[in-house]
Amino acid sequence: MSLQPIQDPGLPTHVHRKADTDPKAAKRAEQQVALLFLTSALGTILFIFSYVGIPQDQLIFLPILGTTNAHQLFLGLGLAISLFFIGMGAVHWAKTLMPDHEVVDVRKEQRSKDEDRAAFVATIKEQGATAGLGRRTLIKRTLGLSLGLAGLSPLLMLRDCSAELPGDELAQTNWRAGTRLLTDPGDRPIKPGDLEVGAVAQVLPLLPAGRKRTLNDIAKDALLLIRIRPEEFNLDTERLSWTYQGIIAFSKICSHMGCAVALYEQSTKHLLCPCHQSTFDVTRAAKVIFGPAARPLPQLPISVDSEGYLVASAPFNEAVGPSYWERDSE
Amino acid sequence: MKARERAAGAVANYLDERTGAAKWMKKTLTKVFPDHWSFMLGEIVLYSFIILLLSGTFLTFWFDPSMREVEYEGSYEPLEGVHMSAAYASTLHISFDVRGGLLMRQIHHWAALIFLAAMVAHLLRVFFTGAFRKPREMNWIIGVGLLTLGIVEGFLGYSLPDDLLSGTGIRIAEAIMQAIPVVGSYLSYFVFGGAFPGELFIPRIYTAHVLLIPGIFLALITAHLMLVWYQKHTQYPGPGRTEKNVVGYPLLPVYMAKAGGFFFIVFGFTAFLGAVAQINPIWVYGPYTPAQIGAGSQPDWYMGWLDGLVRMSPPIETHALGYTISWNILIPGLIIPGILFTLMALYPFIESWMTGDKREHHLLDRPRNNPNRTAIGAMALTFVLVTLINGGNDLLAVHFDLSINQIMWFSRIGVFVLPPIAFVVTKRICLALQRADREMVLHGKEMGRLVMLPHGEFIEVHEPLSPQKAYQLTSHEQLPALAAPETDERGVALPKGIRQRMKARWSRAASEQVAKPTVEELKEIEHH
Amino acid sequence: MARLSRYREHRFFRPVLLALGLFLAGALFTAGKAAAESMESKALVISADKATLIKEGKEIFARGCSSCHGLNAEGAGAAPSLIGVGSASVDFQVGTGRMPMADMSQQAVRKPPVYDEYETAALAEYVASLAPGPKALTNEEIAWERDGNAASGGTLFRNNCAMCHNLAGQGGALTQGKYAPTLMGVEPRHIYEAMITGPQAMPVFGDKVITPAEKLDIIKWIKEVESEPSLGGATLGRVGPVTEGLLAWTLGLGALIGVAVWLTSKAR
Repeated sequence: MSLQPIQDPGLPTHVHRKADTDPKAAKRAEQQVALLFLTSALGTILFIFSYVGIPQDQLIFLPILGTTNAHQLFLGLGLAISLFFIGMGAVHWAKTLMPDHEVVDVRKEQRSKDEDRAAFVATIKEQGATAGLGRRTLIKRTLGLSLGLAGLSPLLMLRDCSAELPGDELAQTNWRAGTRLLTDPGDRPIKPGDLEVGAVAQVLPLLPAGRKRTLNDIAKDALLLIRIRPEEFNLDTERLSWTYQGIIAFSKICSHMGCAVALYEQSTKHLLCPCHQSTFDVTRAAKVIFGPAARPLPQLPISVDSEGYLVASAPFNEAVGPSYWERDSE
Repeated sequence: MKARERAAGAVANYLDERTGAAKWMKKTLTKVFPDHWSFMLGEIVLYSFIILLLSGTFLTFWFDPSMREVEYEGSYEPLEGVHMSAAYASTLHISFDVRGGLLMRQIHHWAALIFLAAMVAHLLRVFFTGAFRKPREMNWIIGVGLLTLGIVEGFLGYSLPDDLLSGTGIRIAEAIMQAIPVVGSYLSYFVFGGAFPGELFIPRIYTAHVLLIPGIFLALITAHLMLVWYQKHTQYPGPGRTEKNVVGYPLLPVYMAKAGGFFFIVFGFTAFLGAVAQINPIWVYGPYTPAQIGAGSQPDWYMGWLDGLVRMSPPIETHALGYTISWNILIPGLIIPGILFTLMALYPFIESWMTGDKREHHLLDRPRNNPNRTAIGAMALTFVLVTLINGGNDLLAVHFDLSINQIMWFSRIGVFVLPPIAFVVTKRICLALQRADREMVLHGKEMGRLVMLPHGEFIEVHEPLSPQKAYQLTSHEQLPALAAPETDERGVALPKGIRQRMKARWSRAASEQVAKPTVEELKEIEHH
Repeated sequence: MARLSRYREHRFFRPVLLALGLFLAGALFTAGKAAAESMESKALVISADKATLIKEGKEIFARGCSSCHGLNAEGAGAAPSLIGVGSASVDFQVGTGRMPMADMSQQAVRKPPVYDEYETAALAEYVASLAPGPKALTNEEIAWERDGNAASGGTLFRNNCAMCHNLAGQGGALTQGKYAPTLMGVEPRHIYEAMITGPQAMPVFGDKVITPAEKLDIIKWIKEVESEPSLGGATLGRVGPVTEGLLAWTLGLGALIGVAVWLTSKAR
């Protein structure tokens, strides 16, 4: 420790509190503590009354909060008062009436004394030698082997966490050539005429009869249908042939992290993802124009069937949703 | 009275004869704890944890952790007949059909937010005062582990109700898993029991949320507190306080009454929040389905900075040989947080390596007296704040008439530019404060009173400092910089040159201080 | 009663009573006038024949709208052509005060309407007479309270509306500073008209995609959310975890630190 420019004046002298010297002040403090504890008791009574006495659907109007549920509010306030004031009482008690002399305790270095350390090393060595740890290498090695192997079994047992392996499932959806587009919700087939220019529709595929739609299906099948004026498209001939009379269909599952991309701005023809603000240009096949997404939204080729309803003319030609290692993105 | 004393004595005797506890208790009950408001932050964390255990246990009595599809038939009309998971339906049941259920849900969620907020505040206190230094590095690492676990635990809890907001969060977590090179899709399949979302995820994270992680938490908290107990608490410098002692109040009765009382205060206040402030109104959000989404979908604040990082990431993906690597997810979602948390965990060792200080420290630093560390902390904090702001960019845009694109660009640039600025500015502020301290010790406190001297000159009256105050401002030590990098006799740098130079550079930066008044200077002043 | 008469003797009694009386009279008159005007205007709409409405609408259009939209509503520059937008569009844009716009730079904002109901109806009839388009509705025509189903409306809302307008209809951000406005306090007929016309950035939701009955469901749900009491206490804007986190840090941790400062200070 370097020399201090000013020497340690030591602990400041203890200043007595009012309650230490004035019995009246002490009495007052005692009464205050008691009052705090009594307030807590009142809180509990309010809690019990609210639980049994206030109907669960009782509403009450209060400024700032507005119309709120009286049962929940007074139950909570009762609990809050009952707990809070126990604490306040205890602390006030400790501060005003319990001894407030600061105490000094000595601190020792964490390190053990040298002789203790030496004794420890000696013990280890001695015990190790008696057990023959140094000599019996066969035992050591086989023990290591069996412990290592035993550790494998719980790992192996995690295998059935998933009955199936990904395979190419992540690249599959329920869209096939000829699958009808249905409104979501409502499950009604859609004709091109149902969509005005500037209109959107949330769409799911018609599943084979008897198959119930699950969330797993929706997580990959969800589709957004947008109609603009055909001359506004800025697409190559192939992609243009995937549209139908100005109607274009994109996977609604974001190519970034899988949120539902559905904020369509009719005025700018931009699609925005609300999770991370990737912005896609509908007229250029959902090209990314802002944000973290690195790939356009997959486009589904559509046309109409013999009855005039919109159908997929082919499956998606790439995996929908967020990227993964085996995804062929080229 | 006498009878009662006799009874108590009998019980104590019975216990001591079987456990020998009296000896240990005698030492324990007089254990000394220093008093300072910033030492209570950790207690807020501990008490919030207990509140979480209590309120969480209550919630488990009705919560049904199942993704089985049910039709809602409870008393919340706008969802009547809607198909949803049993998890969501039971959360609605707790909210509307169990008396006090909504209150407990809200207390649980508020306690979780305060738990993590207090944990971060506690971490900042420990960092800025240098409480992590030897011998407390291990406890710092346990603390970093607790913070990481706390974030995970919070996220899992946010995911359990299976409402639209939490489902969206899970979807994003799944995308991060899926983005891990080579094993990503397998990992996701093993976690979800198949393709997303499946029917197994909620029951699995339920076990993790109510059993596995709280169990680890309990173990780590116990270790954390035992170390505090065993190593004794640090204290702020001041008169009578040295590296060799600890000054404060004994466990019995003062500290016990205060700490116990504070538990009730924290619980009572959390209950107050649960009563008057609505949190996570899942009934408004609706059940999760992957095709739906809400504007302003945000995570809780402790994940907000991660979300902000992901938002500002540039759109980079590598496609090669039929494989895909999503840097736009990996870098902000895993790599940067990984680096940040590793650096944070290793900081005590980095600092001691760079300064060459291997001694035990029990007296805390005033943040200004270690400008380099304080500036590093400010830099890290600025980084997290910029990302956090970007995590709420859509709300900021709407409420302050800005555009999300502007805020995004501000954050993309700011995340690189602002932290270094924060470093420099903080360091300058610290040095200025040191200078002010020095002035105060040498010339006393300015009283804001002007006096005219006989020859017409005006001077400001300075009041000399009390010896206690003067000691407090001068008792810190100022380490000199380490020696320059070693070269061998022929003047060629040793193989460790770069590391040594880095160390010297750092140590020079760390030793940049305003010299505190010396004995000579003080004597000279006295003579005037 | 005796107490009351005591107040009567107070020297401020008369002036206060007078001021109160005048205020009440004024308030009643204003309210009455507004009500009368609105009724008058409504009555006028009902009584007027189509031809007069169109004629008057044309005059209003020439005075108030043609400088941007062109003399024959053919549109010019940023102002779109109004031929074929229908009366629904006019009723929505003018009825919610979005048109006439205050300035061209920003998104048209909802504000108190400039034209009264009669003038709005006249404008709507005039624009509808240019080419057929979606027809304006009256609040009476859409029986959302009777026919709507809030649960179904909620599902539809989350599928079609929540991504822009937020899960509780509070509005949200779009690209480049545009935003989807809050749906709180919007006339049911304006909600309906917005869905069929797709104003500004909003897309069109045609009657085949969201049927008229489903539109009523959506309106019913929005109105139910609007009138829903704050069941768990202050709603914090119903914008999700951001305000919750802010409150946890400020009031939550702030208050607890305040208590900690008191707790560790020395008593006197």
